[in-house]
Amino acid sequence: MSERTFVGGIHPGYAKENTAGMPIVPAEAPSQVIIPLHQNIGAPCEAVVEVGDEVKMGQKIGEPLGFVSAPIFASVSGKVSKIEPFNHALGTPVPAVFIENDGQDTPFEGIKPNKSLEELTPEEIIAISKEAGLVGLGGATFPTHVKLSPPPDIQIDTVIINGAECEPFLTADHRLMLERADDVVLGLKAFMKALGATRGIIGVEDNKPDAISSMNKAVAENSGDYNIEVHTLHTKYPQGAEKMLIKATTGREVPPGALPMAVNVVNQNTGTAIALAEAIKLGKPLYERVVTVTGPGINKPGNFLVRNGTLIRDIIEQCGGLTPDARKLILGGPMMGVAQPTDEIPAIKGTSGVLILTEEFVRDQPIAACIKCGKCVEVCPMNLLPSFIGSAAEKKEYVLAEKYGAMDCFECGCCTYTCPAKRPLVQWIRIAKGAIAASRKK
Amino acid sequence: MELVMSMAIIGGLGLFFAIVLAYAAQRFAVEEDPRVEMVIDLLPGANCGACGFSGCAAAAEKICCGEVPVDSCIPGGKAVCDSICEVLGVAAVASEGRKVAEIHCLGSRDVAPDKFEYQGVHDCKAAMMYSGGFKACSYGCLGLGTCVEVCPFDALSMGANGLPQVDTEKCTGCGVCAKACPRGVIHIVSADRKAKYVPCNSHDRGKTVRQVCEVGCIACRACVRACPNEAITMEDNLAVINRDKCDDCGKCVEVCKRGIIKDVGKVLVVA
Repeated sequence: MSERTFVGGIHPGYAKENTAGMPIVPAEAPSQVIIPLHQNIGAPCEAVVEVGDEVKMGQKIGEPLGFVSAPIFASVSGKVSKIEPFNHALGTPVPAVFIENDGQDTPFEGIKPNKSLEELTPEEIIAISKEAGLVGLGGATFPTHVKLSPPPDIQIDTVIINGAECEPFLTADHRLMLERADDVVLGLKAFMKALGATRGIIGVEDNKPDAISSMNKAVAENSGDYNIEVHTLHTKYPQGAEKMLIKATTGREVPPGALPMAVNVVNQNTGTAIALAEAIKLGKPLYERVVTVTGPGINKPGNFLVRNGTLIRDIIEQCGGLTPDARKLILGGPMMGVAQPTDEIPAIKGTSGVLILTEEFVRDQPIAACIKCGKCVEVCPMNLLPSFIGSAAEKKEYVLAEKYGAMDCFECGCCTYTCPAKRPLVQWIRIAKGAIAASRKK
Repeated sequence: MELVMSMAIIGGLGLFFAIVLAYAAQRFAVEEDPRVEMVIDLLPGANCGACGFSGCAAAAEKICCGEVPVDSCIPGGKAVCDSICEVLGVAAVASEGRKVAEIHCLGSRDVAPDKFEYQGVHDCKAAMMYSGGFKACSYGCLGLGTCVEVCPFDALSMGANGLPQVDTEKCTGCGVCAKACPRGVIHIVSADRKAKYVPCNSHDRGKTVRQVCEVGCIACRACVRACPNEAITMEDNLAVINRDKCDDCGKCVEVCKRGIIKDVGKVLVVA
């Protein structure tokens, strides 16, 4: 049965076949890693090492400066050569720790396995996720321990693992579900225990039948006393967006402006579940992640285990470099990823993909007037009126844009994708959201 | 007879309503400062917002009740200020004189390249959302014309070189463009200034400026040393000329290695 889905959405070309069959291989460790001190939504970190310090792999180098934040760890062993601002995937340079790799990969002594999940208390699980620097690895990088600490008046009853991977081109979660299915289940059990949830759901789109059977097998073998179901979801973008996933799997609708916890649900990404499983089993903090390197502009695409702070340029080199017609570098997927002006950007916790597009994908097309066809309204998964919000923002009428619900937009990009007039609706809505947020702060 | 009756009824009704309306007008009259109307008439009526209020009417009200100074209207300048003083019966204040916008960037496309190709909304603020703007220099004009769009007086236009130009005749110095520019390239300065100026906005170090722009200030300090009046200071890697001290001798222009110190008039001439 693959009827589980939501209203709206689009069917872009998924283009996953290039990398879906490629097992995850560790990327070569670069001679120098550049680890930015801000890798999550929320507060940045402060360096706790100094220039000249010897650090070991897995040693904490950044201490969070707030509750909504997560520590940052060295991904190689070696010497800290400098701490200064460096390019960041979000645009503006942020302070980064430069570590010269000594090639030894000496592990940090502090890394040791925790007790088994049966012996851990919920508080201990939350503490482990906080100490391991876990953030949502789908790309939004929301600190995991914050999600695991809902206000006392809210009882989470369901934890959903997002294995939809609805972004075209990306296959990192798909590979993880094939190769690390047991850890996904362990991670989900830990999330359920931490939150006292009674139901665990793993949602996978039906274009990944092998991942579905792999997850079904792992659940049958490992779920134990936990009530865990694997849900097959209709393949449609943005099926993996948290509100769409909750609607598809539980039928609950998150109210406008609210978080999933308002309907007693917490969502976690596949990669995050595995990272938590590793943190419990091995004590391993989050200093590497799986990145899909793909797109028509790269010679040898694949799925790689990339250390935090590896330059995208180094990763591209390992993949046989760019094709001559490569034109655009995107970190993340083509729908919600961020285009980058340079390849001298370090991979961070939120880097789920490195996508290289060619000329035919990036043609600049003139923006025409809205022809009121209503296609954007049809596809908007939030049931908004993107054309109205976009036109209001175009005229800088931000009060009107707010009235049309601009703040409920989560920028999935369906409207821009489908617009026959090539109107940059999401960008306008983003401008409006920025202006509205600024006026609310006043 | 019928004619008289109907005339009497209509007339009577008319008289009745007239009395009611006259009474209501007296009874519910809104106390209004008659000077507000007069001040509104004196203000330029562009609703530019330079005074900080939503429009001229709002400003007029505030001026009349003394909440803001009489010279609050920047575009109006001295003439409007004087006539408002007359209406309000206050002594004329010494106004700072007319102001105009000044573009502090010469980095057109041919001399200050872009670091990547930008596709999207044609607006400087929108372009700033991606990696802080597409221009390699992180201080220079992006040239998408947001300032031109917002100017309430039609005083700005996009020049052939892709940089905005100020028509000093039309410019009132209201400052709406300066507020709209996400890179702070536009400065509001006194219109009757007679001095040199450095049309650059970059606070990067000289080495960086050399990489990204052929006409940016590299903070070499040659002008600082050459100035006999000590009018030039180096503020955060950018030469700044103090217009009170500058006597327009031109020595800085001679020594500037990048040839970017300009006469105010020369740069502001509209093509």
